[in-house]
Amino acid sequence: MQNNWFGCWALFVKEVRRFYSVVVQTVFAPIVATLLYLLVFGHVLDTQIETYASVSYSQFLIPGLVMMAILQNSFSNTSSSLIQSKMHGNLSFVLLSPISAFEFYSAFVLASVVRGVVVGLGILIVGVIGFDLTWQSPLWVLVFAILSAAMMGGLGVLAGIVSDKYDHLSAFQNFVIMPLTFLSGVFYSIHALPEFWQQLSYFNPFFYMVDGFRYGFFAQSDVSVYLSLSITVLFLILISSINLILLNKGVKIRQ
Amino acid sequence: MSTPSAVCFHQVTKKYGDLSALKGISFEVEEGAFFGLLGPNGAGKSTLINAMSGLVIPTSGRIAIQGFDVQKEYRQTRRLLGLVPQELIADPFFSIRELLELQSGYFGLRGAQQKAWVGELLERLALSDKSDANTAQLSGGMKRRVLIAMALVHRPRVLVLDEPTAGVDVDLRRTLWAFTKELHQQGHTIILTTHYLEEAEALCDKVAIMQKGEVKALDSTQALLSKHHYRYLRVTLASEANQLIAPLQARLVEKESNGLVFKLEKTASLSQLLAWLHESQLEVTDVSSRDASLEEVFLDLTAEGGSDAK
Repeated sequence: MQNNWFGCWALFVKEVRRFYSVVVQTVFAPIVATLLYLLVFGHVLDTQIETYASVSYSQFLIPGLVMMAILQNSFSNTSSSLIQSKMHGNLSFVLLSPISAFEFYSAFVLASVVRGVVVGLGILIVGVIGFDLTWQSPLWVLVFAILSAAMMGGLGVLAGIVSDKYDHLSAFQNFVIMPLTFLSGVFYSIHALPEFWQQLSYFNPFFYMVDGFRYGFFAQSDVSVYLSLSITVLFLILISSINLILLNKGVKIRQ
Repeated sequence: MSTPSAVCFHQVTKKYGDLSALKGISFEVEEGAFFGLLGPNGAGKSTLINAMSGLVIPTSGRIAIQGFDVQKEYRQTRRLLGLVPQELIADPFFSIRELLELQSGYFGLRGAQQKAWVGELLERLALSDKSDANTAQLSGGMKRRVLIAMALVHRPRVLVLDEPTAGVDVDLRRTLWAFTKELHQQGHTIILTTHYLEEAEALCDKVAIMQKGEVKALDSTQALLSKHHYRYLRVTLASEANQLIAPLQARLVEKESNGLVFKLEKTASLSQLLAWLHESQLEVTDVSSRDASLEEVFLDLTAEGGSDAK
């Protein structure tokens, strides 16, 4: 069956324009909110918490905050767009067009990557300028930023599909995404945790995304960067496969 | 080789839990037809047309648009079909023109020719002045026109309109009638669901009447009207009728001060009616007769235990 990549591109453009039309809410507000974390935690804890050798706490914190912003904003982009389209009924405009489930999914996820990376970049620029942050391996930074944003965009699609109302999405955001993000090592190295919590962190996929991303800056990490890469890719494939099955079957979007 | 019909339904069923919304629907809509799909609320009309467009996945059966399977060959069928949904949908993030251009993009359509077609649609549906307005801020009638433009953006061969004139004023209703007639004359197959039966009678050359997920009647509008077993007689009296004999009372459907309307079997003679009126000691000043309207046929067929004109 012939592909409709131009249709996919049009949907991607629409999704980017959707978040750009409310750029204060979708880009500037999360940048400012994350920088407040940096200001408060960085200032208060800069001399209190030991991280890697020759790395200040603020420098350690910035990649974690950047990844946290990428994860949360990528998730928000797909999940809120889908639930809004379902509630307003305008999702049917896309469903009536000759766009396949894979094209539909790719467009949504790519747009979420754009938003996640744009927000992350905003925070990173402040970090580089204000805190003398450098990166050892820009390639790892880029790989983890894109793969993690794609995984979270995919998770947002899943949440958007299964949610019937804003309340369901809010529960997903507050009881799944938020705790996993905060307990992923954004604010600390897991080696600083008691043994039990350290072991528990290994079951949190977000930890590997934060740790791998941080490796790109300091060439140091809590676990091997290849393990982090493997788990990130594995989750991306898993979430994408579930989504494609649901989208092909039309679960909760086609009656 | 014969040309495939515009739309073919074959044993289509749809179940929502224990509820059967469609119970084995099978019929065809010919290429170039102006087809009316009628039925009371909950008859399954919207489910059926949403199944055509892929918004509803049938439990069993097959639907084909110009020979292409709606499920397996969805790219072809969605290019062939334009659906104007019943709900007034808007997208609060975009203007009318942006929405039409995005919708064109979903179909892989772009370039100067497509831009010109979008401009033509805006012009034809009197939306040009509002083309930069946000769709969420439009009136109901405007939203309806936007939905029609959205459905036509890819120049579909088959246009499905689900209650297009519901809640619109008389002027807009007439504009929409004229526009759909024009599209039909250009060769589009039109499928219309409506609650306004005079609309179906005026526009549709063929009609299916659905009830409780089944097709109760399917025929040309004229044949359906002529198949009806009754005609209506309006009798004007010199004075008000106080008492009617039993056969007249049984056939009375409407009573005004000096006028009575009787529903009479087509086989019954007019002289018999006049005789009954004479027996009731009523002085008749005028009598007029008319055939049943589509609304009366519809009510007769959809009444519990109503006659089946299939």
